[in-house]
Amino acid sequence: MNSKAVTDPKNIKKRSMFNKEWLIEQKALIALIILVVVVSFLNEYFFTLNNILNILRQTSVIAILAAGMTLVILTAGIDLSVGSILALCGAFAASMISLEIPVFIAISVSLLGGAALGSMTGMIIAKGKVQAFIATLVTMTLLRGVTMVYTDGRPISTGFTDVADAFSWFGSGYLLGVPVPVWLMVVVFAGIWYLLNHTRFGRYIYALGGNESAALLSGINVDRIKIGVYAICGLLSALAGIIITSRLSSAQPTAGMGYELDAIAAVVLGGTSLAGGKGRIMGTLIGALIIGVLNNALNLMDVSSYYQMIVKAVVILLAVLVDKKHK
Amino acid sequence: MSQPILELKNIHKSFPGVKALDNACLNVYSGKVMALMGENGAGKSTLMKVLTGIYSLDEGEIFYENKQVSFTGPRHSQQAGISIIHQELNLLPELTIAENIFLGREITNAFGRIKWSLMFAEAQVLLDRLNVKHKPSQRLGELSLGEQQMVEIAKALSFKSKIIVMDEPTDALTETETASLFTVINELRAEGVGIVYISHRLKEIFEICDDITVLRDGKFIAQRAVSETDEDSLIELMVGRRLDEQYPRVDSKHGTRCLEVKHLSSSDFNDISFTLDHGEILGISGLMGAGRTELMKAIYGALPYQSGEVLMEGKVITVNSPQQGLANRIAYISEDRKGDGLILGLSVKENMSLCSLKQLSHRLQLDHAAETLAVEDFIHLFNIKTPSKDQIIGHLSGGNQQKVAIAKGLMTRPKVLILDEPTRGVDVGAKKEIYQLINKFKQEGMSIILVSSEMPEVLGMSDRILVMYQGQISGEFSAEEADQEKLMACAFGNNIMEKTA
Repeated sequence: MNSKAVTDPKNIKKRSMFNKEWLIEQKALIALIILVVVVSFLNEYFFTLNNILNILRQTSVIAILAAGMTLVILTAGIDLSVGSILALCGAFAASMISLEIPVFIAISVSLLGGAALGSMTGMIIAKGKVQAFIATLVTMTLLRGVTMVYTDGRPISTGFTDVADAFSWFGSGYLLGVPVPVWLMVVVFAGIWYLLNHTRFGRYIYALGGNESAALLSGINVDRIKIGVYAICGLLSALAGIIITSRLSSAQPTAGMGYELDAIAAVVLGGTSLAGGKGRIMGTLIGALIIGVLNNALNLMDVSSYYQMIVKAVVILLAVLVDKKHK
Repeated sequence: MSQPILELKNIHKSFPGVKALDNACLNVYSGKVMALMGENGAGKSTLMKVLTGIYSLDEGEIFYENKQVSFTGPRHSQQAGISIIHQELNLLPELTIAENIFLGREITNAFGRIKWSLMFAEAQVLLDRLNVKHKPSQRLGELSLGEQQMVEIAKALSFKSKIIVMDEPTDALTETETASLFTVINELRAEGVGIVYISHRLKEIFEICDDITVLRDGKFIAQRAVSETDEDSLIELMVGRRLDEQYPRVDSKHGTRCLEVKHLSSSDFNDISFTLDHGEILGISGLMGAGRTELMKAIYGALPYQSGEVLMEGKVITVNSPQQGLANRIAYISEDRKGDGLILGLSVKENMSLCSLKQLSHRLQLDHAAETLAVEDFIHLFNIKTPSKDQIIGHLSGGNQQKVAIAKGLMTRPKVLILDEPTRGVDVGAKKEIYQLINKFKQEGMSIILVSSEMPEVLGMSDRILVMYQGQISGEFSAEEADQEKLMACAFGNNIMEKTA
């Protein structure tokens, strides 16, 4: 019997470091690298430090939304309400800043508000047993309506006070030469990575997405996990709203419209299965960067925004088809 | 021997880290039943999946009616006349019985309108033949697991196949259903259909099959005629060694009272009372649908009960959720690995530690080192055949999956371990290992409830046996006084079986 050599765990580990499967695992990363190389040849301005930082900053909002979305999708759910929470919490923050409420308090309240809205959605899904798609479609519409009523359909300016100046640091400021939103993105991804790989909560997310009835029978409080992931997703949506509001020094009532789809696209590009239970957070980061690089490159090459949508759609389709082929 | 109608020659197939098939062969003859045997993980199901084209083969040849073939998928092989009834059901519970039977080839007129009456009539003929007492217009989901299996068989019959592969067909069937299945197999044999019969139940093999092919570790071991072999030599071929006594019962010193159930009632069972001591194995026998699983899930907290109480070491406990069940040191291993027992997309490690993560973490953070240590201990103790602890559990064989499921329960260090059909779909070798483990934990003072449809298993392992019938306890026996006839009589509600069963 030669099964001994096969079953030795050390053998397996060594072999699986840099083989074909590893490459397949990393195909999102490879796609990103190829994209960067190709675009660098097509446009000399693309691969400059300024532009790279620019891309990272532009990507940060979608990437942060996608990080929360990854958790939700891992539980086999979906959250369409991220764009609406982004707008509403951005509007909250803007009016607080315009009333010269200290930045720290304004941001905390706005983040907590996002988490509360998210857990409300989670409650509807977990306790009300409503399908995530329907529940978040409802909250998406509802919260957009609330935002419109609250802002009366007009932008809310943060004003021209010292508080507003301090607040604008989150969207436009730099830390060690790197834009603040990029730092926030890094912190968010590190945090979610830790959550997924080193906490019970993270393990339960995978378990719940993999097989809900088995998770339930294993003594996992499934409802709490569900409410938790939507709360985190809501909180991160609020953070994205704060970044946008801070950058523009005003909250737009239509901010974040359609962002949920970009976020979902980033998650899917990163290799996370919409069926739940399978996926990696770093894949999502790469997925978001692919979308960001693509947007930036098409802008640099003066492709009209109408064509950009078509190109983006084709790239996402190709990526997903390649993904399917290896399964 | 005559020319085989189907011939699989020197088939090789590898998965990442595992060589599933290593020179496997199989011959199927018209008008004969070929048993395909081997331990779990021996490659039986894989070989069938290679045959129907679900998996591509790495090496080897398939000859069908003297022509070399390579099927691209189940649909292709089915059209060529090879039907396969998989171990796991591939049916749609929301559709009717008739729709399931004729899925993808509904009987329609020229414009594509379905001719319902004709389809129902044809389905009815098939159901009658199998003795299934349901209307073809009934929703499949309303049927028991065994009856669904019969529908799957009806579907295979409807193809008028030349070869029918049955992978563990009787696993979910009652005795009566098995009997009608065997009648049908005999008819098919007379009609010249070649049948491949995969089963772990030796008794059935000797009852229904003509020839036996044995696989071990993906290799072809032997082909024998049933008339020329016996159970012992067959087991020896399968495991490659002699198995002594199959049910290694150990005498136990019963400890103090551990679990007590008083007048427990719900919609699925009625006024159930029993006790369980430390170091005791309580067998629960009965037919499918007798309420055994529901009772066990209620004690564990996964299903609600309306009245009655559960006592653990003399104290009344509330079990309204599996969390509370586990907190009260009760562990339940599901009968349905795929459904709610395991998470097939996760690794061996992640499945095994799922219930015990609280003990394996510092505050919120997982203690990966402790987890790995615990998991590898159990892999070693249970002799789980897996390339590594990180292997996706769905890629393991049924027996190894079951071992992981049991390990998952044991990792919570329960006082009461409830095993629901712990050896369903598990081969002889792994079965024996599981029995030995159960005994080991019994000797350590654990209380075990063993729910099983296999009478020899219940008789061989238990210290005391309860039989359930239609949600009630219809009999209680000590190990000495129990025998198969008595259990059977109680399982059918003593002697009122004529009408109700």
